[in-house]
Amino acid sequence: MIGLTHYLVVGAILFVLGVLGIFINRKNVIIILMAIELILLAVNINLVAFSAYLGDLVGQVFSMFVLTVAAGEAAIGLAILVIYFRGRGTIAVDDVNRMKG
Amino acid sequence: MIQTIAFYLFATLVIASGALTVFARNPVHSVLWLILAFFNAAGLMILLGAEFIAMLLIIVYVGAVAVLFLFVVMMLDVDFAELRAGFVRYLPLGALLAIILAIEIVFAVGAWQAGAIDMGARIAPVASDVSNTQAIGQLLYTRYIFLFEAAGIILLVAMVGAIVLTHRKRGGVKPQDIGHQVRRRPEDATRLTRPESGKGVEL
Repeated sequence: MIGLTHYLVVGAILFVLGVLGIFINRKNVIIILMAIELILLAVNINLVAFSAYLGDLVGQVFSMFVLTVAAGEAAIGLAILVIYFRGRGTIAVDDVNRMKG
Repeated sequence: MIQTIAFYLFATLVIASGALTVFARNPVHSVLWLILAFFNAAGLMILLGAEFIAMLLIIVYVGAVAVLFLFVVMMLDVDFAELRAGFVRYLPLGALLAIILAIEIVFAVGAWQAGAIDMGARIAPVASDVSNTQAIGQLLYTRYIFLFEAAGIILLVAMVGAIVLTHRKRGGVKPQDIGHQVRRRPEDATRLTRPESGKGVEL
């Protein structure tokens, strides 16, 4: 029988994969943003799993708010990425030291 | 039984596609694996009985966010091979941190299962007679109405911010200047002349 722990393990593995993705793709902002999306997806899985197994709907409502923030973050992040690429012609982030106001 | 099979199918696929998102060589493939991960997460949420979140996941993530990623990846002409240069160098540190984090999460789940933490009272118990979507709507538009509106404002600010950031003035184009058009009077544009016969009008 599938219990809450199964879902929590899936969420944990996905979360850890996201963190790993941020670390090993340190130069590529696009992959870093995708890894953040993975992390937020893991959080959503946890929220919904707890919501289902505790019989409380609030988890699902809050997972909707997480979704909202994820969408906004992706839009702003990609916009910053596009203007950065326009100015520099590259998206390597280890030498982002030009943001002086 | 079928539920167990479906769970393991979706769970395996979501983890595999998540891993491939992170490890794929080509960012376009990464985005496509991300889309597969979202679809399988939506399947997991349907198994949990959260249909509305599952549909929202497909509409918002696959329909909007992933397509946005795809656009940006294809629009930017980046040498992605160069960006993977530090991949192997960062792998041990990243894997070490990931393993430590995973162990911590397993500890946390174990502690939670041991009953160390008291759960609070249920705020919104799941009613059995209404559907999931209806129940979420009833909760969202009453108790969480201000949070809901705040979420709307966040999206509005994100939209305005993205437009302001990426909008640029191009040189060499002739845009319409409405004020100039409205200011134009007949005296500026036309001239009455009375030319003598046989002679043209000099403009």
